Amino acid sequence: MMIMMTETINTINKKKSRATRNFILTIILIAVGILVPMLLNDAIDSYTRRILNLCAIYAIVALSMNLVNGFCGLFSLGQAGFMAIGAYSVAIFTVPTELRPDIFYIEPMNPFLANIEMPFPVAMLLGGVLAAVFAFIIGFPVLRLKGDYLAIATLGFSEIIRVVFTNTQTITNGSLGIKNIPTLSNMTTIYIVLIIVIIILALLLSSSYGRAIKAIREDEIVAESLGISLFKHKMIAFVGSGFFAGIGGGLYAAFLGTVDPKNFMFILTFNFLLIIVMGGLGSLTGTVIASFIVTYGLEVMRFFDEPLVLGGYEIALFKPGLRMVLFSVLLMVIVIFWQRGLLGKTELTWNRMFGWPGKIKGRFTKKKPDNEAVSLEKTEGGER
Amino acid sequence: MNTKPLIFQNAMFKTILVIVIAVAVTFVYALVGSGMPASQFTQQLFNAVSLGAIYALIAIGYTMVYSILNMINFAHGDIFMMSLYFAFFSVTLFHMPWPLGFIAALVVTAVMGAVIEKLAYKPLRTAPKNSVLVSAIGASFLLENLATYLFSGRPQAFPEIPVLMTGFTFGGVNVRLISLLTIAVTIISLLILTYIIHRTKTGMAMRAVSTDFEIARTMGINENTIVTLVFIIGSALAAIGGFLWGVKYTSILPLMGIVPGMKCFIAAVVGGIGNIAGAVLGGFIIGMSEILAVALFPSISGYRDVFAFVMLIVILMVKPAGLLGTTATEKV
Repeated sequence: MMIMMTETINTINKKKSRATRNFILTIILIAVGILVPMLLNDAIDSYTRRILNLCAIYAIVALSMNLVNGFCGLFSLGQAGFMAIGAYSVAIFTVPTELRPDIFYIEPMNPFLANIEMPFPVAMLLGGVLAAVFAFIIGFPVLRLKGDYLAIATLGFSEIIRVVFTNTQTITNGSLGIKNIPTLSNMTTIYIVLIIVIIILALLLSSSYGRAIKAIREDEIVAESLGISLFKHKMIAFVGSGFFAGIGGGLYAAFLGTVDPKNFMFILTFNFLLIIVMGGLGSLTGTVIASFIVTYGLEVMRFFDEPLVLGGYEIALFKPGLRMVLFSVLLMVIVIFWQRGLLGKTELTWNRMFGWPGKIKGRFTKKKPDNEAVSLEKTEGGER
Repeated sequence: MNTKPLIFQNAMFKTILVIVIAVAVTFVYALVGSGMPASQFTQQLFNAVSLGAIYALIAIGYTMVYSILNMINFAHGDIFMMSLYFAFFSVTLFHMPWPLGFIAALVVTAVMGAVIEKLAYKPLRTAPKNSVLVSAIGASFLLENLATYLFSGRPQAFPEIPVLMTGFTFGGVNVRLISLLTIAVTIISLLILTYIIHRTKTGMAMRAVSTDFEIARTMGINENTIVTLVFIIGSALAAIGGFLWGVKYTSILPLMGIVPGMKCFIAAVVGGIGNIAGAVLGGFIIGMSEILAVALFPSISGYRDVFAFVMLIVILMVKPAGLLGTTATEKV
C-alpha cells in the first residue's frame, strides 16, 4: 500500500516536473524562433531570406487550412480566396497615396479609398478581419454541406472573389494588379506572426472548443449526440481559418510587393493542400515542418526546370514544368501510400522527443520500453 | 400525409414548369426590355443551346462516376482538355484526316480515363473520403502540369475544319454547321447511352452497382469492370464534348479544362447528382444561362464564370438534392 502511494506521488511529481520542463523548453523555442530570424536577417543572402520568408508565410496559411481540413474534418478549398482578401487589403491600404495615381492609371481609384493609408500591421489585421467576415457570411450556406459539395462550394467562392477582384477596377485595379506595395525587408515580422499564429492555434485546439472541433472530425453524429453544436464549432474553425489565411495573404502581398488576381488561382491552394497532407491532417507541428520541407523543396527542385547537360548531351527530359509534374506525383504518392503523412493526427511533443533516446536504445538492446514513460506520453499527448 | 396536387409531387413536372417559366420570362424581358431584335435573340439562343449541349456531355461523366464511387472526379475537366490535345496531335503531328484523328483521340482519351481510375482511385477504394478527394485533385494537377510540361503552356490553334464552319442563314439567323452538329451529336450520344444503361445487361449491372456496391458484388457483378467501363464512357463523352468545343472555340491550353470542368460538375449537381437526365438538364441550364445572361446584360460579362457558382449555392440551399435528384438520408 505504502509503495503504491509513493509510486503515485512519484508519478505526479514526474508529471509536474515534465510540465515545467516542457513549459521552459517551449519558451526557449519561442525565443529562438524570434531571435534566430533576427540574427540571420543580415547574415544570409537575399535569396535564402526570401525562401525562408515564403516558408513562414506558407506555414501560416497551411496552418489555417489545417484548422478546417485537418482538425474539423471539413474539406475546404477556399484558402486562395481568403488570402486574396488579406493581400488586397494590404495592397490597397499600404501603398503610399502619392504613388496611387500612377498605379491606377486606367481608371482612378475610388475617391473614398484613395486617401486612406494605414501602417502595415493595421492593414494586415484589417485583411484578416475582412477575410473572417467573409468566411462568416459564406459559412451559413457552405457549412451546411459535406464532403465534395463543401469542397466545390468553397472553391467556387474563392473563384468568385478572384473574378470580383478582376472586375472591380476602381478598387483593385482589375487585372493590372497593384504594384509598389512597401515590402517587408526583414524576416522578424513574419516569424513573429507565425509564432503568434501557432500559439493561438495551440491554445484554441487544447481548449474545450478545440476538443469539440476534433470530436466533429471523428464523428459528427456522435459529437452532436454529446451536445456539441455542429454549426457553431464548424463556424469557429471556418472563421478562424479565414482570419489566419487573410493574415497570411497580407504578409504574402508585402512579401511579393505586387498583387494581381492571377496570383490567387486555385493552384495556390494546391500548395497548401500538399503541405497539410504531407505534414498530417490534424497536426500543427507536422504542418510547420512540412511547409518548410515543401517550400524549400520547391525552390531546390528548380534545377529540374533548367536544361541539364550531361557529358555534352542535353537531356530532353529536363525542361520547364517538370518540377510541378514531380510535385503532383508526390502528392498522389503520399495520399495513396502514406496517408498518415509525417505526423498524422499527433503532435511532435517534448515528451515524445525525450522518449526518442530510450526508443532508439531499446531498438538496439531489445529491452522492453519504459512503460511509465509511454503512459505519461499518452496522457500528455496533447501538450506541446 | 402529402396533400399537394399530383403534378407537384413529380420532380420532372416541377422542373419543366420552372424552366418553361424561366425561358418565357427571359424571352419576354429580352424582347421588351433590351430592345434586342428577335433574330439576334434567336441567334444567341442557338449559341446557348450548343454550349449547353457540350456542358451536358461533360456533366454526364461527373454524374456517372459520382453515382458509382460517390466521389468527384476532379480530373474529368482535364481529361476533356487532354482529349483536345490528342485530337490536335493526331491531326497535326500524325497527319490523320480529321474524322480518323478524332476517333483515335477518342479511344486514347477513354483509355486514359480508365488508367487514371486504376492508378489514382482504385487503391483508395476503402480509404476515407477526403483522401480520395486529395488524390483526385492530385490527378487533376498531374494532368495539367503534364500537359504544360509536354505541350508547353502556350495556346495552340486547334486544327480548322472548314466543312464544319460553313454557315447558312435562315430567317435572319446565321447558323454554323458545327452548332447543328453539336446538338445532333449530343442527342445521338445520349440515345446510345440511354440504350446501354437501360437495355443491356452491362447497363443493368451499372445500375445495380450504383444502387448498392456491396449487394451488386454478392450478385456476381465484377464491380471493377463496371467502374472501368464507367470511366471509359465518361471520358469518351468528355472527348466528344472536347472535339465540339475545339472546333468551335479553336484555341487549346493546358489549363482550359479547369473552368468547364467545374461548371459541368455544378451542372451535374444542379440536375441532381447521379441522375443522367439531370446532368443533361443541368448542362443546358448552366450553358444557356451563361450565354443568355451575357447577351442580355453585356455589362456583367466580366462575371460570366461566376454564374455557375452562384447557381450552385442557390440550388444547394433551396434543393440540395438537385432538380431531379432524390434525397438520400445518411445512415448511422
